Amino acid sequence: MSTTAKKAAVQPWPEAGPSRVPAWVYSDPEIFRRERDAIFRGRTWNYVALECEIPKPGDFKRSWVADMPVVVARDEAGGANVFVNRCAHRGVEFCKTARGNAKEFMCPYHQWTYNLKGDLTAVSFRKGFKRQGGMPEDFRLEDHGLEKLVTTVRNGAIFASFDTATEPFEDYLGEKMLRYFDRIFDGRDLRVLGYMRQIIPANWKLYFDNQKDPYHATLLHYFLVSFGLFRASEPSLIRMDALGRHSVLVSQKGEQGEVAGGEDMKHNDPTLKLEGPQMLQPVREFKGPDTVVIHTIWPAVIIQQQSNTLAVRHVIPRGPGAYELAWTFFGYADDDAAMTERRLMQANLMGPAGYVSVDDSEVVAFAQDGLAPYEASDGIVEMDGRDIREADTLVTEGAVRGFYEYYRRVMGL
Amino acid sequence: MTTLDLQRLSPAERRYELDLLTAGYVHALDDGDLDRWPDFFTEDCRYKIIPRENYENDLPLAIWYCQGRGMLRDRITAIRETQLYAPRAMRHVTGNALVTECAGDGMHAVTNYAVYESTLDRTSEVFNVGRYLDRIVVEDGQMKFAEKLCIFDTSLVPTSLIFPI
Repeated sequence: MSTTAKKAAVQPWPEAGPSRVPAWVYSDPEIFRRERDAIFRGRTWNYVALECEIPKPGDFKRSWVADMPVVVARDEAGGANVFVNRCAHRGVEFCKTARGNAKEFMCPYHQWTYNLKGDLTAVSFRKGFKRQGGMPEDFRLEDHGLEKLVTTVRNGAIFASFDTATEPFEDYLGEKMLRYFDRIFDGRDLRVLGYMRQIIPANWKLYFDNQKDPYHATLLHYFLVSFGLFRASEPSLIRMDALGRHSVLVSQKGEQGEVAGGEDMKHNDPTLKLEGPQMLQPVREFKGPDTVVIHTIWPAVIIQQQSNTLAVRHVIPRGPGAYELAWTFFGYADDDAAMTERRLMQANLMGPAGYVSVDDSEVVAFAQDGLAPYEASDGIVEMDGRDIREADTLVTEGAVRGFYEYYRRVMGL
Repeated sequence: MTTLDLQRLSPAERRYELDLLTAGYVHALDDGDLDRWPDFFTEDCRYKIIPRENYENDLPLAIWYCQGRGMLRDRITAIRETQLYAPRAMRHVTGNALVTECAGDGMHAVTNYAVYESTLDRTSEVFNVGRYLDRIVVEDGQMKFAEKLCIFDTSLVPTSLIFPI
């Protein structure tokens, strides 16, 4: 690594602290490498799969922690294992199937074979051929298994960590955030309804902070405003854990009609009506008044409840300038047909073609286009003050400041 | 207007009618005549854009799900009035159309498609590749889609899908 590259990576954070975000965090390749080590290989719980995707022994799924490929596999005893999708021999990504069932994993290059826990069980020509070749006498299979991650499962969701010292998942989330997590993952069996996948030419953090920023919701998302689905005056909350690394954005849907508090919004046309209103006919299925709960869990997953449509959004960074967004939509195994139909119909709001989500995908790409060439510039994050605190309003960037304050600590910036 | 009766057409004539319908459909989309898009469908149509991954695994989720012509018009309203997106032009190329079944009041067909996307700052790129699975009926002498499923192979949607396929 050149001295110049190193120097570029340790530019000082702006003196103003969390109310400024320097543009270079979104484009510097050295920052991206450091994120892999300090965040994704560090003391974090990373979402990898839902349990219902691998119900039987031998079931597996390809997944990622940041851009690092892993396999999630259920062993004969029923345990969920996560190990790197990188052969210990020469580094081949040996599993290329999205999902399936296997007795073992064999790397196609030299046929090194691993069991469902990631242990190396066989090396071809280990003893050589006709007394020639072969591995050294002291080569031990048990020294060369796949790198394993520790796993934790809570109510059907599987998380993994490269660091064995990561605190228990429940402590990691904290009591308040765990309550929101358990609200959706309440112990009922889950059923996957399908996937949506997109690749967005923007840094992954731009999406994560977009999801922590309710300030933009009534301004960018004309769909919500025009059809009277979201108002600045509606009760809205931002809640965080003690460290500011996880947060929830909570709001309550109104009925279609005139938008209150719309005088600052450029686009407010209450005359628009949907011809097919079935998309917006939710039923209340969770206790309490919250109808939209967007839960961001450090470092890179979002649990979405948008009325009746539920999804895990797994953010998979692909270098500093792009991220993949993998949406797993789900319901509960005991949903009736009408509820499943509601979830599928309301999914129109979300994903790569979503009435609401499209705006976010596009605008974060616009942000990358503007930020990357101006590395020395800073973004302003001052709505609702310069400190980190929860809020009972939409008009705040408090959780964005919380995110970057914690990010700086972990990254040593 | 002569009444079109699919059952009385020869296979070659059916194939010809299918090609004409698809050509009219993609030109309406590609040349900015979005208002005509719902006219290609029956009133109680079903239109979906589905990742092949979901379709092949019997997972019901679509990335775009319209039930009835009203929902098609809602999408047009959103494209025109509410959605944010960078300027782009889309261009469909279709081919290998086959009528797979012709019975009762209509026919089933499959047609391959590729959609190219042209934006301001990049060269044209392949945006989405897949196949149409159509159920076509005759309504008022016109062939209409009673169901159109766009099953796409493309694993990752580049940024966002704004326009119908």
